[in-house]
Amino acid sequence: MIPTLLVISLIIFLILDMAPGDPTAQLPLTIPAEVREQIRAALGLGEPFYVRYALWLQQFFVNEPLNLIEQWTGTTIGDSENRLRIVSWSTRSPVVDLIVERMPQTLWVVGTAYIVAIAIAIPIGVISAYKQYSWFDQTGTFVSMIGFSIPPFFSGLVLIVIFSVQLGWFPSIYDTTHKVTGWDSLMVQVNQMFLPVMVLALQITAQLSRFMRSSMLDNLNLDYVRTARAKGVRERVVVLLHVLRNSMIPVITVIALGVPQIFGGAIITEQIFKVNGLGALLIGGIEAADIPLVQTLTFIFAVLIVIFNLIADILYGILDPRIRYD
Amino acid sequence: MRKLPTIMATTALAALVSTSAFAERGSDGQLNILYWQAPSTQNPYLSGGTKDIESSSLVLEPLANYDPDGNMLPTLAAEIPTLGNGGVSEDLTSITWKLKQGITWSDGTPFTAADVVFSGEYCMHPEGGCNAAAKFNDVENIEALDDHTVKITFGVAKPFPYGPFVGGDSPIIQKAQFESCMGAKAPECTDANFGPVGTGPFKVTEFKANDVVLYEMNEGYREEGKPKFANILFKGGGDAASAARSVLETGEFDYAWNLQVEPEILSQMEAKGKGTIIAAFGPSVERIMVNFTNPDASLGDERGTVKHPHPFLTDTAVTKAMSMAIDRQILVDAGYGAAGQVTCNVLPAPAAYNSTANDWCKTPDPEGAKKLLDEAGWVPGPDGVREKDGVRLSVLYQTSTNGVRQATQAFIKQMWAEIGVETELKNISASVFFGGDQSSPDTFQKFFSDVEMYTNNFPGTDPEAYMGSWTCDNIPSPENQWVANNMPRFCSEEYDALIAKYSVTAEPAERQAIAKELNDMLIQAGAIIPLIHRGRVAAHSNTLGGVDMTAWDSEIHNAENWFRVK
Repeated sequence: MIPTLLVISLIIFLILDMAPGDPTAQLPLTIPAEVREQIRAALGLGEPFYVRYALWLQQFFVNEPLNLIEQWTGTTIGDSENRLRIVSWSTRSPVVDLIVERMPQTLWVVGTAYIVAIAIAIPIGVISAYKQYSWFDQTGTFVSMIGFSIPPFFSGLVLIVIFSVQLGWFPSIYDTTHKVTGWDSLMVQVNQMFLPVMVLALQITAQLSRFMRSSMLDNLNLDYVRTARAKGVRERVVVLLHVLRNSMIPVITVIALGVPQIFGGAIITEQIFKVNGLGALLIGGIEAADIPLVQTLTFIFAVLIVIFNLIADILYGILDPRIRYD
Repeated sequence: MRKLPTIMATTALAALVSTSAFAERGSDGQLNILYWQAPSTQNPYLSGGTKDIESSSLVLEPLANYDPDGNMLPTLAAEIPTLGNGGVSEDLTSITWKLKQGITWSDGTPFTAADVVFSGEYCMHPEGGCNAAAKFNDVENIEALDDHTVKITFGVAKPFPYGPFVGGDSPIIQKAQFESCMGAKAPECTDANFGPVGTGPFKVTEFKANDVVLYEMNEGYREEGKPKFANILFKGGGDAASAARSVLETGEFDYAWNLQVEPEILSQMEAKGKGTIIAAFGPSVERIMVNFTNPDASLGDERGTVKHPHPFLTDTAVTKAMSMAIDRQILVDAGYGAAGQVTCNVLPAPAAYNSTANDWCKTPDPEGAKKLLDEAGWVPGPDGVREKDGVRLSVLYQTSTNGVRQATQAFIKQMWAEIGVETELKNISASVFFGGDQSSPDTFQKFFSDVEMYTNNFPGTDPEAYMGSWTCDNIPSPENQWVANNMPRFCSEEYDALIAKYSVTAEPAERQAIAKELNDMLIQAGAIIPLIHRGRVAAHSNTLGGVDMTAWDSEIHNAENWFRVK
């Protein structure tokens, strides 16, 4: 795993290094070229590639973890005053602090959408499969197709036009400074999360319910189901206990593999509703050619993907005793 | 700046309301501002763009700001130093600013000349990467004569010495807060960069980079009863269209910035009646540059150089007729809406610099244009294209690739066809057209076509350097690797002499007169055909009063005067 991650980090670094982009490009046009050159030098762009890469590795794997430990335990390890942290070019502040700051809204919105989607998708998948080709199944297929094929920049706008502009029920802009302190403020939070969560949940539900349906269909025709029915087991128990549990195995893998996406944020949906979570941080970093930020974020995503792949593999083994890694 | 009639009505109404409701500080609750590019820092010297400079203008103040007409107004200074009041030395090499008395920082400590001196040192530090460094060009020394007097000395004579500390992009920062943040250490002071202590009407209470800033009124602000708003929520994210929607349609926000949205969509949103679109006009002009040299490819290395004058564009009758034929209002309505105005000058702003000598171009006159060409001997040939001595009025018209520009090209082609001028259109990717690639024949500097169209402007309010673009020694040629700004290859001894006079004239009225005369010379020689004066567009809620947008400074420079219309 460690070598994989090192190779990934090198590849990310190389790609970003070769990509065109200028951290001074967003400055007003009237700032002359010499001043831009000074700004680039102050950002450390003059150093050769391997020096910057080695520095980043040290900052990411040594300095930042040490800093986190210091913050958690309140102790001081070594020369913490002069330890260089990874600093974003556009904000000139530590990248890790930015990520920590963005984490809550991403987890609130994308995480809730994921849970809502799972809660909706599994029953839909089960019923669709059990009553294959019924009107429920047909409707489910239709809605899934819509969820699959309509991009969030369209569905998001439609929801805003209907619910924010016409009806005025929900805000179209997410307020990240809102703090949940009691019941009323929780309702405000639910209210402002409603539209982005719906947009995201529609997409995720579409994918998961399809998986659930096909997995159920695979199992419903197997011999053990016929045996159970022949033994006189009630239909409810057959479907919800035996078939569902067995069908869940591939679905849970898909769910586990999708978890890193939550941390990756939802770039488009976050932009539309101005949730400004991790996805918006990434896209903003790319637009501003803020390489330390983009490098660190994409690498953290890579780490999460590798970890959740591992978790999915382990879960598979636990859920299905037939599978053993020798 | 020229305002739309609707805003004038709103501001007039607003003024009435404000006098009747002379309330106490912070009585109007929360103000919501949306910049679709979110602020990354509150230290404008380390900023990545306009969004940072403008948001921090709520907290930090310069010595003087610009009003919507481009005039300087003292902010932290007691008055604007001039030659007349002795603030600017006779040899134009130094300027002495007197500061207002009794101003305190939002932490309660007094604001003194030492802070001004420090701000200069901070920005001029060679390792700091300060983006306002150009404003401190030629500064030799900044010194505090006493607690409330600062003297800035320049290495050369500066007829316009108002670079340092004028405008929102070079404000005064607190010495006590930034003292340990000089040079290479500048980015490490995150707390200071995200929450600078200022003298302005507001102070930062929470800063989330690239997301949101919360401000609270500064209790110690020098003006009694201001600001009216107790808090500001300064949100970022999304795009221009959704920002416009949040003010004009849903009414969630009070002010949205930089709304480059198709004019049709914007006016549909405004029709909902929740907000108003406003515009401010700086010096940007979309113009057609006329090539005075022959771009014919058969001339080889000498194409586009002064050795070969253009076969017909040096005839002022032709260029004047081409200008008369254009209905500029159609171009504004189709592509710019509130963000554009008809102009006949290459220097349309500040208002005091706007010449009226060329106003004939405001009314299209194709008949007059035809008559002018007839008189000059250009008569229609068998295909309707005018010609004289075997030379046909046929032009190649280039610009950068951009939807609005191509639509403008198509309109102008039709307008010119009507007077018998044939036009071939060409568009070039912006990165090539404006790029400096020596190997490409398609740069706007090489100008291998008859006419070309783009927008240009100048920083600040002083056009001296800008008007200096069109002198004889600024003509792009192979000798200077085509790097120069006199695209039309206009060359006149008279013009160059006037530029020389300009550089030693300090009296503002005289400088304005010279700049106008320079503008008129360019237009009357037919070197430049101005089309559209382009502005910045914003929207504010109808419940927000006191907005006075400027293109010369931070748009929200006067937020202390904003109030809720009740």
